Amino acid sequence: MMIPRRASAAAGLALLLGCAATTGPASGPAPAQARDSATAGWSVDRPQYPSTYHRRPNPPVFIRNANVLTAAGPELHGTNVLFQDGKIVGVGNDLTPPAGAQVIDGTGKWVTPGLIDTHSHLGVYAAPGTFAEDDGNEATNPVTAEVWAEHSIWPQDPQMPLAVAGGVTVIQVLPGSANLIGGRSAVLRLVPGRTVQEMKFPGAPYGLKMACGENPKRVYQNRGPSTRMGNMAGYRTAYLGAERYRRQWDAWRAHPNGDPPARNLRDESLAEVLRGRIFVQNHCYRADEMAQMMDLAREFGFHIRSFHHAVEAYKVADLLARDSVAVSIWYDWWGFKMESNDGIPENAALVQRAGARVAIHSDSEDGIQRLNQAAGAAMQAGDQAGIPVTREQAIRWITANPAWILGIDSVTGTLEAGKAADVVLWSGDPFSVYSKALMVWNDGWLAFDRNDPAHQWRTDFNLGYGGPGVGE
Amino acid sequence: MRLLQAHRRAGGRRLALTTGLVAALAGPLAAQTIAITGGTVYPVSGPKIEHGTVIIRDGKVAQVGAGLAVPAGAQVIDATGKWVTPGLIHAGTTLGLVEVGSIGQTRETREAGEIDPSFNVAEGLDPFATPIAVARMQGVTAAFVAPGDGLIAGQGVLIGLRGERMEDLVRVSPAAMVINFGGEGRDAGGGTTAGALAKLRELFADAQEYDRRRAEYGRNALRPLAASPADLDALLPVLQGRLPVVAVADKRRDIEDALRIAREFRLRLILAGGAEGWMVAPELAQAGVPVLVQNLRDVPRWDALNARLDNVALLRRAGVNVVVAQNDDGRDRDLRWSAGNAVREGLSWDDALRAVTLAPAQAFGVADRMGSLDAGKVADVVVWSGDPLDFASQAEHVFVGGVEVPLTSRQTALRDRYRTLPPQ
Repeated sequence: MMIPRRASAAAGLALLLGCAATTGPASGPAPAQARDSATAGWSVDRPQYPSTYHRRPNPPVFIRNANVLTAAGPELHGTNVLFQDGKIVGVGNDLTPPAGAQVIDGTGKWVTPGLIDTHSHLGVYAAPGTFAEDDGNEATNPVTAEVWAEHSIWPQDPQMPLAVAGGVTVIQVLPGSANLIGGRSAVLRLVPGRTVQEMKFPGAPYGLKMACGENPKRVYQNRGPSTRMGNMAGYRTAYLGAERYRRQWDAWRAHPNGDPPARNLRDESLAEVLRGRIFVQNHCYRADEMAQMMDLAREFGFHIRSFHHAVEAYKVADLLARDSVAVSIWYDWWGFKMESNDGIPENAALVQRAGARVAIHSDSEDGIQRLNQAAGAAMQAGDQAGIPVTREQAIRWITANPAWILGIDSVTGTLEAGKAADVVLWSGDPFSVYSKALMVWNDGWLAFDRNDPAHQWRTDFNLGYGGPGVGE
Repeated sequence: MRLLQAHRRAGGRRLALTTGLVAALAGPLAAQTIAITGGTVYPVSGPKIEHGTVIIRDGKVAQVGAGLAVPAGAQVIDATGKWVTPGLIHAGTTLGLVEVGSIGQTRETREAGEIDPSFNVAEGLDPFATPIAVARMQGVTAAFVAPGDGLIAGQGVLIGLRGERMEDLVRVSPAAMVINFGGEGRDAGGGTTAGALAKLRELFADAQEYDRRRAEYGRNALRPLAASPADLDALLPVLQGRLPVVAVADKRRDIEDALRIAREFRLRLILAGGAEGWMVAPELAQAGVPVLVQNLRDVPRWDALNARLDNVALLRRAGVNVVVAQNDDGRDRDLRWSAGNAVREGLSWDDALRAVTLAPAQAFGVADRMGSLDAGKVADVVVWSGDPLDFASQAEHVFVGGVEVPLTSRQTALRDRYRTLPPQ
């Protein structure tokens, strides 16, 4: 695996900061504090929409004699996978099923980590897709760093169970790309919940959606920005304000005398980017614009975690590797607008070869159901063009690498012992068009069983509106 | 503006007359004999042939079988260990009509109105549109190219994916009349389904009336009709059963409406979309209606609450002639993998290959000329490195009308420029 060391260290740090659900002033402190501050103090010190996710119980699971892509080592054949209490116990021939374990015959089947999509709009562009569910773009101002995707997410979106049936366990839900800075993302476990809080991945850092190019300048053409240079001025102006805001708050935190500085939600998100605690997730298609954005990040001293869509990443793959910026890309979706016109199916393979980190994303309620196919197609496209990609690399495109992009790679994304038991059992080679996810475990809990309707999530919307479900 | 429109419409009609009968299935530039030897041949019309030979002569398939002698002077392509199939037919695309989706200048799919039966897309085709070469590299050799929205969107054409002029591409024009049941088709009926159906009936009745009483119409002795003479004329082949109707409908109610209208006016129906088709599969089979399935759609919408991925398999099981016709702008090249997904969802492999070759040819009434490897058919042939429906294979030779096409595109040029960074 070609993982730039510097970036890995940064991820570890972010997780250290993020894991205790105290990612800085904008995330939730402990409940005791909350009670105290209910009568006095400031909103900034109260819980900010904290995760109420709880792992669901499940017996230990022992999958025997399976083919395994761990995303952390070579492909294994005819081996066993054991997980218990929500954690991977191990992968290997020396394991035996503990008492009470559900033993599953994996002969001829494949096991991978749960798939992770860095770019989804499930819940914010929910089905059935009318204006009423159109909650993804706060297209009222070019900079809306103050909005949070989780405040739009509808947990009853019937698209979510379809993604689970495709082997997906974790998604990043992003605001749309109308704005230069579109707002905070939410990282969710794809499990049923009445509230989005019940789905929020504990400790996951927030992402901040930024967008280059055609979309913002089209949406704001009458009020500005209406050009790419206007886009750049817009980002710079926003971060200039945040720079000052961060300094004021950091000074007050160091010496909390008197009232705190005025709280501003927009600057608060941007200041967290400057502190490295919110990860920039940057919709950007064109090579030259990615280079501009990397310079912007240098100007303000932050790091872009991933470019999204990045159809021209192959033109600047060396620069991406240099700056440890990952890409979240399709294997082959191109031509729908000018800035996507130079998309090629070898994009993933070329970026991988240059040493930058690749994730295959969906940005689609349809594509999210077939991320494994997209990875397979992109891997083969590379091979066929003389840019070989190993299966071990390709599985990381939809597991470990997206986990890194979301800052949760110390928790999930591989089948290493101690990681969360996010596991998929496939009917065959996950890189084949013919293979289906048979069973999906999310944090050790059986979230999907193709052969058992009792383990198939049906949202409220599915009830009474037909919807045959999966596998019926 | 009106003048321009009238001129174009007249052009469209002329085109229909001159190319109505596969006029453009002309042979290759130079008479040539090609022998593809040693491969596993999937003729689709019959069982596979191990170590088979496909002989192409003058743009047509001359012979298919095992142990055939290679004709003297033939160009030989050794396909030992390869898979040989008919070229794929994409039955629901905008290939040649769109270069860059969001750029209006490069889109030729849509008339301005709601009712455009005389609109024929052919003269908007751009033989050099990049998506053609890209799709061809994945074994797509022919396509049904259709106009877009409105109640009656207009006339689609069947094209072969090779040539420099519209006339080189077009094989059948018109190939079908596209009518949208439900969805945006309702706008022409005041926003309701029943209104749209009433409008359709009025148009069909007026077309028949116009046909019976042309002389009176010419003397201004006829009541006003629901559409222009050009549009009413264009509907006559539909009403005479000579031109199929591609009825776009997903919702069960809309499919049933289309079936009802088809019975009333004796239309030759092809259902497109058909998301809830599985719910009326026996009726579709009984009526002999083929279905062009968007087989990767299962997200519930108000017009497709019961969409499901195994729709295509369920339809086939009921005896429907199913065509895999998944269409997403810019993803025409993925057709073979859409067929692979149909296998994933329960269609047999043979039926899946048929669903992108012979089945669409049958649906459009051109199975005597295309869709399988049989003597006399147009030589659309692909040699694959392996299973064409899965990712691990690639097309190694693609013949369109008996001529091998280069497996390059704007995409391969970009790829090769940036193989090493910075580019040389």
